[in-house]
Amino acid sequence: MTTPLAGAAPARPPFWNDPAVRALVFQALALIAVIALGWYLVHNTQQNLAQRGIASGFGFLNNAAGFGIVQHLIDYSPADSYGRVFWIGLLNTLLVSVLGIVFATVLGFVVGIARLSRNWLVAKIAMVYVEIFRNIPLLLQIFFWYFAVLRTVPNPRNSLAFGDAFFLNIRGLYVPRPVFGDDFVWVLGALALAVVLAVLLGRWARQRQATTGQPFPVFLVSLAILVVLPGVTYFAAGQPLTWDIPKLAGFNFRGGWVVIPELAALLVALTLYTATFIAETVRAGILSVSHGQTEAAGALGLPNGLTLRLIVIPQAMRVIIPPLTSQYLNLAKNSTLAAAIGYPDLVATFAGTVLNQTGQAIETIAITMSVYLALSLGISMLMNWYNKRKALVER
Amino acid sequence: MRKSSHSAAVVTAALLAFAGTAHAGATLDAVKKKGFVQCGVSDGLPGFSYTDDKGNVSGLDADLCRAVAAAVFGDATKVKFTPLTAKERFTALQSGEIDILSRNTTWTSSRDTALGLNFTGVTYYDGQGFLVNKKLGVKSAKELDGASICIQAGTTTELNLADYFRANNMKFTPISYDKSDESAKAMEAGRCDGLTSDQSQLYAQRIKLAAPDDYIVLPEVISKEPLGPVVRHGDDEWFDIVKWTLYVQVAAEEYGLTSKNVAEAAKTSTNPDVKRLLGAEGEKGKDFGLANDWVVNVVRQVGNYGEMFNRNVGDGSPLKIKRGLNALWNQGGLQYAPPFR
Ligand SMILES: N[C@@H](CCC(=O)N[C@@H](CS)C(=O)NCC(=O)O)C(=O)O
Repeated sequence: MTTPLAGAAPARPPFWNDPAVRALVFQALALIAVIALGWYLVHNTQQNLAQRGIASGFGFLNNAAGFGIVQHLIDYSPADSYGRVFWIGLLNTLLVSVLGIVFATVLGFVVGIARLSRNWLVAKIAMVYVEIFRNIPLLLQIFFWYFAVLRTVPNPRNSLAFGDAFFLNIRGLYVPRPVFGDDFVWVLGALALAVVLAVLLGRWARQRQATTGQPFPVFLVSLAILVVLPGVTYFAAGQPLTWDIPKLAGFNFRGGWVVIPELAALLVALTLYTATFIAETVRAGILSVSHGQTEAAGALGLPNGLTLRLIVIPQAMRVIIPPLTSQYLNLAKNSTLAAAIGYPDLVATFAGTVLNQTGQAIETIAITMSVYLALSLGISMLMNWYNKRKALVER
Repeated sequence: MRKSSHSAAVVTAALLAFAGTAHAGATLDAVKKKGFVQCGVSDGLPGFSYTDDKGNVSGLDADLCRAVAAAVFGDATKVKFTPLTAKERFTALQSGEIDILSRNTTWTSSRDTALGLNFTGVTYYDGQGFLVNKKLGVKSAKELDGASICIQAGTTTELNLADYFRANNMKFTPISYDKSDESAKAMEAGRCDGLTSDQSQLYAQRIKLAAPDDYIVLPEVISKEPLGPVVRHGDDEWFDIVKWTLYVQVAAEEYGLTSKNVAEAAKTSTNPDVKRLLGAEGEKGKDFGLANDWVVNVVRQVGNYGEMFNRNVGDGSPLKIKRGLNALWNQGGLQYAPPFR
């Protein structure tokens, strides 16, 4: 088959009509416009700041903050710098986000599976929970837990005590704090060894099952290794662990760790709210796995639990992960509602108090926005990587 | 719903980026054009700025804005109020959302400089104190070691609190909220042992509690809190107007001019100081870009400083605060107006 024109070069259009050249020109123009606008904005901002005498630059980060913060995961005193306040706020944000993501994921998976349960009561309870908590605005739920629930617990002098070590009162939940002795490294070493052993055991068991078909009770044996090895070391090293038990002293409890009610309310609300969306995602994911798969597993004689774990969930994960990522992002961003109840997250402390005390709105907001951008991109990247691993590998 | 402090902050950033440079007098022109003064007040502090259930705003800070409206428009009602939390107030002013911030705001050097603001004077000389539950049995702030204290974020209050405990080698747990109502509720529930704020506000907050008699104000005053109106840097003409609105009210009190007699005095007074002040002699109004009888309007419609004080926080109010430092300079206080000439 030949075409009459084959080989003959087509007449070149003039360069301004060449789509490739045009595209290049337009892109260059757009780029120049964006750069010019950006330059104009930066320049104009600087001029306005200077004209109004508003301080600018990032030097303020080294100045002493001068105010106290109720919850700090690293040491902090009012003599520390605004820069340190930034880290305190960031750690508080990460704390509530990470815990929220873990709890919401566990609860979401349980509820999502429960919604598909053949047990009528379980399925209905799961459904009612989802419908209620998904449809009430998150801020209201935070207020509910903070003002309606956590404000009803007794004051410090009438704390609810659990075994003289745990105390619950309006200032928070006080729990014993572990104090590690020097010899505790031996226990940690033993724990690390136990983990390695458990992993090796798992590999060996899988190989054995693949070649001989013989199953091995990996879970129970690993658990035993993980408990016994560090346990024995702990006693051999002379119990190098003591507990700092909270005690009522003056106005408050001192010692131990405290979970402040602001954290508890925010965490509970974020978890219960986000778990409903995760549950729906999980349910959709499971329903997307063709029924034939379950039937086939049944025909092979797999029990229900194993069918779910080995056949359904791995396939459902491919559908679940992308929407799960956006739920994680939502949770991290929703944690900024903290300010409403006085939880010292990044936005409340840094973009709120520091901004107000220094007046450096542009710098603090820019830093805060970059952090949330980085946090969101980080979560996305992690989930994309996980998604790739779980995605169907076509052979 | 009101804009949050963060959106206000973003707006500030955007405005600073896009706005052309302002010229002096721009605020007065803009205020005249829109027909009212936009005034930032508190979220609710009896005696200073408090919105009742009918939406009327009353208080010393609110009246200062009314006086400015009387100066500009000859009509004290041409004012609109924006309630702001402590955290929101400065960005609201910087972004141009309000023309005056009159919200129990302490005059400090960094606000006067780094924040790009100008304090126009002192409407109320205050100091910081503590309000605690009687049940604690505490008689002095020095006994508060280890206590949890409720405060508002973004105030001088939280800075003074930390300084005070540091200076006295004591520990405390700060519980910070955005609004003083939240602090008061938290204290009533027992979340904190006490709260701290400007003394005047402690009395105002105390009368809002369910059982005011269960709480006492401790004797210590731990700071100086000169509270006053604030405007933006960069518009000296507007700065002058707001500054002198308060001064002429103080001067009026000194000359015995009240809302009742000022109109008459403008016609009959023979005292050259009074004649100049009320515009019966000279053309001082022009210097401000205002009508020549602007002081008459201010005093007739809002009153002199003493009337404004008594009505809102003094004997004529439930707060019954003594004049103290806020008496005129010739009566043992600090209120003093430079000569009007
Ligand atoms: N004068 C201090 C404190 C001002 C302040 O915000 N005080 C609180 C009470 S300590 C208040 O006015 N709250 C009223 C509200 O929540 O709107 C300052 O300028 O930083």
